[in-house]
Amino acid sequence: MILSWKTGGILLGAVFFAAVLLVKPVGVSTQFVIFDGILWDAVDDTAVVASKDAKSGYASPNAYLNKSGGKYAKNVANPWNYSFVFVLALMGGAAVSALLRGGVSREERTAPAVWRANFGDAAWKRQVAAFVAGFIVLYGARLAGGCTSGHMMSGMMQTAMSAYIFTAGVFLAALPAAILTYRKEG
Amino acid sequence: MTTLILAIVIGGAFGFVLDRIGATNPNFIIGMLRLSNLHLMKTIFLAIGTASVLLYAGLMLGFVDPGHLDVKDAYWGVFIGGLLLGLGFAVSGYCPGTGLAAAATGRWDGVVFVLGGLAGAGAYMATYAWVKSTGVLDHVLGGKATLGPLSGTDYPAVLDSVPGEWIGLALGAFFIAVAALLPGRLRAGPPQAD
Repeated sequence: MILSWKTGGILLGAVFFAAVLLVKPVGVSTQFVIFDGILWDAVDDTAVVASKDAKSGYASPNAYLNKSGGKYAKNVANPWNYSFVFVLALMGGAAVSALLRGGVSREERTAPAVWRANFGDAAWKRQVAAFVAGFIVLYGARLAGGCTSGHMMSGMMQTAMSAYIFTAGVFLAALPAAILTYRKEG
Repeated sequence: MTTLILAIVIGGAFGFVLDRIGATNPNFIIGMLRLSNLHLMKTIFLAIGTASVLLYAGLMLGFVDPGHLDVKDAYWGVFIGGLLLGLGFAVSGYCPGTGLAAAATGRWDGVVFVLGGLAGAGAYMATYAWVKSTGVLDHVLGGKATLGPLSGTDYPAVLDSVPGEWIGLALGAFFIAVAALLPGRLRAGPPQAD
């Protein structure tokens, strides 16, 4: 059910190209911040406020949402913009693809085979690991200013210096971590 | 409105293809990172190569607007952030995009990864002022720099004398060659039980 590297690579490359041809290069991780901002704004009216002094027209008491003239604050106030809808559509596209190929098996939905081969079937162990990993991944992505999509795929395509620095960091950590964590192939 | 339709079409296609190449399946990501299954690495090299060739050909022929390029800033935090992302990427088998996509395919660990991700992004929001004060967000290597100068943009270039479009085309071809030449795996498989 998985595409060959040739077909898959050309299709994925076509998506990257279509994105930059029609709008801008793909990117995902900023939208985690925007969603956090939306949740915060829902429980606290002062999280994002309209401001005539800000370049974007919006300001926030949080320094991160407020940076670059309140660019993120504006997106929190108006989430129906390209980048946020792009990420929602990404989830929709993956869900449709999974449905069409018959879905993911029950065991796999709990934990991937390679995890079960190394750490057993207990769901909670995998969930603790996934939560902590998610935390580190998104903290790292925001520190770096992008993730695998924005920095690595889009960045390498644009011959950006930041992309090479990011990719070096990712693989320097990920290769030994994966080799040491997963002794058994599964 | 057009923008939102484009977001739905391009984002939807991205998610669909991520699932079809196996990127929503942590077994493939972990197999790639432990060098025992390079299927995804070959796919991704071919994808970046294909996109590069199309992009730089399009820029040179004038049908891609250079204003659509979006080069990110270089600073030491990019490297440190990359290390952190790499660590979590290896343990979970998810990055931000594939984690969201995997959650949408019904993987519960993907949902939990996304929740952890929202907490991590929130933690970065809370600590941003301190991170900035340490200086790791200050520009290095020219900031938003590319390898060669790209016509129609103001991005500084590391190699001033070679057109960036030609460098991009050459790298694109190189990535395609790497995709073709990489073997299926780099490590020996587990011993056969016979």
